[in-house]
Amino acid sequence: MTTVTPDSFSSARPEVVGLGPVAWAKKNLFSDWFNSLLTVVIVGIFAWGAVRLTSWAFTTAQWRVIPNNFGLFMTGTFPSGLYPRIWALLAIVCGLAGLSWGVLGRNVSTLFSRSVLIGLGLVCAFIVLFPPTRPSSLKLLPMVALVAIAAAAGRQAGRKFPGIGKWVSLAWFLSYFAALWLIGGGLGLTPVSTNDWGGLVLTLFTAVSGIALCFPLGLLLALGRRSALPVVRWLSTAYIELVRGVPLVALLFMGQVMIPLFLPVGSRPDRILRAIIALALFSAAYLAENVRAGLQAVPRGQNEAAMSLGLNTPTTLGLIVLPQALKIAIPAIVGQFISLFQDTTLLSIVGLAELLGIGKSILANPAYLGRYAEVYLFLAVIYWLFCYAMSLGSRKIEEKLNTGH
Amino acid sequence: MRKWGLLAAALGLTLAACGGETTTTAGGDGGGTATAGGRLDVVKNRGQLICGVDGGIPGFSFVDESGTYSGLDVDVCKAVAAAVLGDAEAVEYRRLDSTERFTALSGGEVDMLSRNTTWTISRDTSVGLEFAPTTFFDGQGMLVRADSGIETLEDFAGQAVCVETGTTTELNLTDQMRQLGVEFEPVVFQDADAAYAAYDEGRCEGMTSDKSQLVARRSTLPNPDEHVLLEVTMSKEPLGPVTTNNDSGWFDVVKWVTYGLIQAEEFGITSENVGTFEGTENPDIARFLGQEGTLGTDMGLPNDFMVQVITQVGNYGEVYERNVGADSEFALERGQNALWSEGGLMYSPPFR
Repeated sequence: MTTVTPDSFSSARPEVVGLGPVAWAKKNLFSDWFNSLLTVVIVGIFAWGAVRLTSWAFTTAQWRVIPNNFGLFMTGTFPSGLYPRIWALLAIVCGLAGLSWGVLGRNVSTLFSRSVLIGLGLVCAFIVLFPPTRPSSLKLLPMVALVAIAAAAGRQAGRKFPGIGKWVSLAWFLSYFAALWLIGGGLGLTPVSTNDWGGLVLTLFTAVSGIALCFPLGLLLALGRRSALPVVRWLSTAYIELVRGVPLVALLFMGQVMIPLFLPVGSRPDRILRAIIALALFSAAYLAENVRAGLQAVPRGQNEAAMSLGLNTPTTLGLIVLPQALKIAIPAIVGQFISLFQDTTLLSIVGLAELLGIGKSILANPAYLGRYAEVYLFLAVIYWLFCYAMSLGSRKIEEKLNTGH
Repeated sequence: MRKWGLLAAALGLTLAACGGETTTTAGGDGGGTATAGGRLDVVKNRGQLICGVDGGIPGFSFVDESGTYSGLDVDVCKAVAAAVLGDAEAVEYRRLDSTERFTALSGGEVDMLSRNTTWTISRDTSVGLEFAPTTFFDGQGMLVRADSGIETLEDFAGQAVCVETGTTTELNLTDQMRQLGVEFEPVVFQDADAAYAAYDEGRCEGMTSDKSQLVARRSTLPNPDEHVLLEVTMSKEPLGPVTTNNDSGWFDVVKWVTYGLIQAEEFGITSENVGTFEGTENPDIARFLGQEGTLGTDMGLPNDFMVQVITQVGNYGEVYERNVGADSEFALERGQNALWSEGGLMYSPPFR
């Protein structure tokens, strides 16, 4: 009987052979006549598309619709005199984002690795070189600096006080109310009617509120559906199946049109609140199923082991089952959040001036009639940026929590 | 342990966010205060008019670069606000989809509707609406290329027509063509932008929609002069402001402010010369502007309500020219929308 030494393991691994670009192309793109033909055809199609798009972007397209209405895209009909409040909100978010990054990365050897520096440099270059939105876009440079400074500070603080994570979470929590205050006014600030909330600010606000509401609700529904109490289980199942059987647009119309008819005259919840609730209720049903999938993936043995250690049901759930289940469900949950973010576009159908809705209004301005390609392309880029950032974040969290075998 | 704390914080965040949300926004909507005392009193007490608009119709309601609503429909809202509250800017615009506009109005979410709504008998009776005078007479038209040789609808035999699906436009088109016995090929689109793009690419010989929209869109085509409107009107589309049944006091206000815009043009009173009519000899104008009589106060408005309307918004002619007429990108002819004395349909009953 021979024992296998670790050495023989490593030598058994195939060596990674670095291929030159020519050899790489030959291996992956031109291995035989059929693959070569495919490569040529597909590259041809892409090149044709790219040339068409570029020539359109530089000759036919009239981009002035974007810079001239930039404030509208970002904040809708929000009074322009109060824009400093939106900038303050952005500064808070940037500062907190940097701080969290620093705290989370406190054990990483270099926070500003080469790829991060390249990324930051690209962002700055884009801000400086992308002409349409100057001069207000130049204010974004200090924001990038703020992220970097806050990250460095957060790293130092995270090393000194290991318990700072809790406070950062608390700060995020409080920032939500700061956002509400800065956008909506009151308490010493000029109030802004929710009717004037719009553009990207409204999109982000509804998405964040919807996500924050649907997560606990979905969690409870998932637990309810697996509960041993029959009534709780039936009610949860009924809710999930009912909501999943109804399109979101129908729920939104219910919220905007039907709810006021049921309520007594005079008590009429805000339209944005109604939309957020509809979004959250809808997403919670889907989220519950994602979480339930995660719960089912946790082996029963974990539960039994916890019981045998003397943990009661809440602690078993909170300390043993849920952390594992949620970790498994992260990709599905983030997928649900991304689709909730995109579902906010449906609010334009029920008359809220979110990003897509305000885009429609701008397109109706006689000065920009027919500029839909430019506007919709711009909106697509914004939506892509946020969705990609979310999926990037989810991948980072997965890596961080990857304690699997 | 740290993760557990984070989880708890996250849960707390979301739950409290829910709580915070309800408290902060409950006072945001002032739209639904009781209708018992009449909508006019509600508007006066609120100090703001809530006006339902579309928010996305070129020339009628859109958001301009400074973030303010403008357009012909919007100016009607402004006129009512100027008459009732003395301030044309005291309006909160509510964007309404075509499916929810009537529910929003009858549910009391908006005070009035100024949203490209066609006056029809079923809407007036079974839906329970009151239609104020028409502010824009539209009709369905047909846009063709000037060199296509098409001059009447009969010439469309075997040709393709681009049309938006699910609208009365599509219905009118097929009805008209069936009546004429013309076999044509409808090319339907979900979206107006897509339909005009297809027409521009030559996928159809004709493009049909409301004439005002066709003219507006023609100006965005690469060579506007190569396209002409056929001399045919396939439907009547009288568009105007709307209120609900069972509140004649409020309906009278909207109705007579709208008539006032037309009457002001007939009198030749504009936003620029309204000051010169102070102490006028003409008794009709003196009554109209509230220098004599009690036309305004009888309605529950200040007696000089038309002075406010004309100073802040202008007369109908000014509103028209500014938004869709000669001073706009569209340069629409007055046509049916001219005063009755100039061959149009705009006619106001006398102010006396």
